[in-house]
Amino acid sequence: MAYKRSQILICGGTGCTSSGSMNLAKELKKELVKHDIIDEIEVVVTGCFGLCELGPVVIIYPEGTFYSRVEVADIQELVEEHLVKGRPLSRLIYTEKGDGHHPLSINELGFFKKQKRIALKNCGVINPEDIDEYLGFGGYTAIEKVLLTMSPQDVINEIKASGLRGRGGGGFPTGLKWQFAHDATSEDGVKYVVCNADEGDPGAFMDRSVLEGDPHSLIEAMAIAAYAIGSSKGYVYVRAEYPIAVKRLQIAIDQAKDYGLLGNNIFDTDFSFDLEIRLGAGAFVCGEETALMNSIEGKRGEPRPRPPFPANKGLFGKPTVLNNVETYANITAIILNGAQWFASVGTEKSKGTKVFALGGKINNTGLLEIPMGTTLREIVYEIGGGIPNGRAFKAAQTGGPSGGCIPASLLDTKIDYDNLIAIGSMMGSGGLIVMDEDNCMVDVARFFLDFTQDESCGKCPPCRIGTKRMLEILERICEGKGIEGDIERLQELAEGIKASALCGLGQTAPNPVLSTIHYFRDEYEAHIFDKKCPAGVCKHLLDYTINEDTCKGCGICAKKCPVEAISGEKKKPFSIDLAKCIKCGSCIEACPFGSISRA
Amino acid sequence: MAELIPVENLDVVKAIVAEHRNVPGCLMQILQETQNDYGYLPLELQRTIADELGIPLTEVYGVATFYSQFTLKPKGKYKIGVCLGTACYVRGSQPILEKVNNILGTVVGETTADGKWSVDATRCVGACGLAPVMMINDDVFGRLTVKEIPTILEKY
Ligand SMILES: Cc1cc2nc3c(=O)[nH]c(=O)nc-3n(C[C@H](O)[C@H](O)[C@H](O)COP(=O)(O)O)c2cc1C
Ligand code: SF4
Ligand code: SF4
Ligand code: SF4
Ligand code: FES
Ligand code: FES
Repeated sequence: MAYKRSQILICGGTGCTSSGSMNLAKELKKELVKHDIIDEIEVVVTGCFGLCELGPVVIIYPEGTFYSRVEVADIQELVEEHLVKGRPLSRLIYTEKGDGHHPLSINELGFFKKQKRIALKNCGVINPEDIDEYLGFGGYTAIEKVLLTMSPQDVINEIKASGLRGRGGGGFPTGLKWQFAHDATSEDGVKYVVCNADEGDPGAFMDRSVLEGDPHSLIEAMAIAAYAIGSSKGYVYVRAEYPIAVKRLQIAIDQAKDYGLLGNNIFDTDFSFDLEIRLGAGAFVCGEETALMNSIEGKRGEPRPRPPFPANKGLFGKPTVLNNVETYANITAIILNGAQWFASVGTEKSKGTKVFALGGKINNTGLLEIPMGTTLREIVYEIGGGIPNGRAFKAAQTGGPSGGCIPASLLDTKIDYDNLIAIGSMMGSGGLIVMDEDNCMVDVARFFLDFTQDESCGKCPPCRIGTKRMLEILERICEGKGIEGDIERLQELAEGIKASALCGLGQTAPNPVLSTIHYFRDEYEAHIFDKKCPAGVCKHLLDYTINEDTCKGCGICAKKCPVEAISGEKKKPFSIDLAKCIKCGSCIEACPFGSISRA
Repeated sequence: MAELIPVENLDVVKAIVAEHRNVPGCLMQILQETQNDYGYLPLELQRTIADELGIPLTEVYGVATFYSQFTLKPKGKYKIGVCLGTACYVRGSQPILEKVNNILGTVVGETTADGKWSVDATRCVGACGLAPVMMINDDVFGRLTVKEIPTILEKY
C-alpha cells in the first residue's frame, strides 16, 4: 500500500448514517479526486465513534481533529483548508463547552478522557467491512494463540481468572458458564455456541455498535468459545431491526470463510467452526436465552422452564453456551493481554469495563465504555457533558424495562453489578437514560410497564394479568383518577409478580415501578392526592389557560375544541371553561399565536 | 422499494420453502422471506407454507402471530415508524406520534383506507443521538419537533 499522509474517518454507524454520512463519503472522494490528492489520503468508513449526537462525525488523522455535524456543503471547504492548505477548519471543530476553544485533537475531549475501550477498541477505528484492517490491528491472533498453544481447559481457566461476567444483564460469570457446557456430555457430540444480539432494551444500541463497527471480533470470540466447549457450530441471533449490523456481520463471515478463519481445520488444526446468522422478528422476550433458542428453532419465542439449563440442554436439546455480544467482545483482549490485565480494571466483583448507550436529557448522547466503578456523576457530568438547557438532573435509568431509576442523591454510586442492584436498579445490557425535571417519574414507570405488559408472552398468569393490573393503576394515576391505596396496591402486585413469574421478563417488570415509588413517592402522591403532575407531563392533570394579553380573538381554538369548552367574542380574548375542558391539548396546537398554555 | 408479489402467485412462496426446508428451524426464515416478498402474511400464504412443510397450519399461525414483525394485513405504501424507545420517549416522541395520527387520521398499527400510510410505534432504531426520531420507509428524520411534522408528511 502506498504511503498515506492523512487518514479521514467517516462514521458509518446508524446514528451518523441517519444524518447523512454516506453522502459525505461520496462527496469527499469527489473533492479528493478534484484536488488530485486521492492517492495521498485514505478515506475509511468506520463504525460508531460514540458521539452520535454530533453526527455526522468526521475525524482527520494524524491530528485527530474532530469535526461535528458536517454537511455535504462543507466538504469542499474542509478538503481545501485541512487537507490542501493544512489549516484545520475551526468553524466545524467541535467545541465542548461552547467556550470557543477548538481542541485540535479528539484526546482533549472530556467525552473520551474518562473512557477505557476494551470491547469497543476497534469501533470507530477500523473499516468493519475489510478483514485486512481487522488483521492489521491484531485480529485473529487470539484464536491462533488459543488453537496453537492452549487446551480448552486453559482457555476456560483464563476466562474464569479474568473475572469476566455476562454483559447481557444478569452478570453471570462467563468462565463458569463455559465450564458447565464444556463438562456437559452430548450423545452425538454436538454442542452449540450462540450469540445474543437481540438487544431488546428499547433505548439502547451497544451491541449493534459492536456488530456494525467490529464484527470480526465477535466471530473470533465465538470461535474461541466453541473451541473451549467442544462445539463446531454457532448462531448469532440478531434483531431484525438492525439491517446495517446484519449486512456487515454477513460480509465479515464471508470474508472470514474466504481466509480460512471460519470453516474446516482452522490454522491447520482439527478445529472446525461455522457460523450462521438468524434474525429475530420483534419480540422482546426472545432476548431471554431459552426463548431465543426456541426462536432459532423456528418456534414461538416462549421461555422454557429451567432446569434443564442451556449448558446441558440448550439449542436443539444440545449443550449450549449463550453469551451477549459485548461479553464476546471482551474475549480476544483477555486472551491476548491475559486475565491479570483484565482483572486489574474495575471493582472487586465486577471486572473490566461496561459499555453504555447514554441518552435522554444529556448533552453528549452516545456510546461510551467506562471502567467498572466509575461513578454515575462522572458519566453524567464529565463524559456526558451535563444536562442541556440548564435544567436540573432528576434521575438516571439503567437496566431498561428490568431496571430502576436512580435519583440525584445517589449520583456518587460507583457503577458495578452489585451496587446497582443494591440501590434497586440493575446493570442491564447498558441503556442509560438521563431524565431532568421535565420528566414525570410516574409517567416513566407507566411507559416501562406499558412496554413489558405489551411484550409479555402470556405464558404465565402472574406476568400476563399482574402487569396488566399494574398498568391500569398507573394509567389511572396519570389521568388524575388515582385513589388512596393505589401505591400500596402497586407494591403488593409487584411483589406477587416478582415471586411467581416464570422468566426474567415478569420477574423484573415491576422494578421501574418499585424504584420510582421508592425514590419519588412524593410525585405519586401529588398525582393521587393533589391531582397535580409536578413535572407538567401528564396532560390530564394540567390546567389550560388563554393568555389575555396575547390572544387575538381569532376563534380558531374554539373551533378545534371537541367539547366546546372555549368561548369568546371575535377580536376579544377568548377563555376556557375548565369545568368542561377534557384536557385534550388540541387548542394549544391550534392557536397560531401561542397564546394558550398549560401548567 | 421492490414491487411486491401478488398473493395469487404461490410459486414464489413455494420456492422459498423449497430453499430452506432442510435447514433446522427454518420456519422463521421462511416467514421472513415470504413477508419480504409479498409484504404481508395472509392466511393463504400461511396455508401454503404449512402444506409445503407438512406441518399443521396452527403451528405456522402460532409463530406468525407471536412476533410483532409479522403482519397478517397489508401495510401502507409509506410505513411511518415513530420511535418510542426510551431515549426518544423522554425527549418527547409521544407528542410526535400523536401529531402524525392527528394529521393522517390513523391509529397505531393500522393502515389508511387508501393504502397510502401505515403508522407504527417502534423501539429504538439506534439513532438515539437524534432523538426524537421517526422513519418513513427507509428515510430517517431526527431531532424532530411537532411543528415540522406537517411539512415532512407533505413531501410524500
Ligand atoms: C426478558 C429478557 C430479555 C433479555 N434480553 C436480552 C438481550 O436483549 N440481550 C442480551 O444479551 N441478554 C438479554 N437477556 C439476558 C439473557 O437471558 C442471557 O442472560 C444473556 O444473554 C446471557 O449472556 P451473558 O451471560 O453474556 O450476559 C434478557 C433476559 C430477559 C429475561
Ligand atoms: S414471565 Fe411473562 S414473559 Fe416470562 S414466560 Fe411468563 S408470561 Fe412469558
Ligand atoms: S384542552 Fe381540549 S378540551 Fe380543553 S379547551 Fe383545549 S381543546 Fe378544549
Ligand atoms: S386561537 Fe389563540 S389567538 Fe385565537 S382565540 Fe384562541 S387563544 Fe386566542
Ligand atoms: S453513529 Fe456516528 S458517532 Fe455514533
Ligand atoms: S430510543 Fe429512539 S432511536 Fe433510540
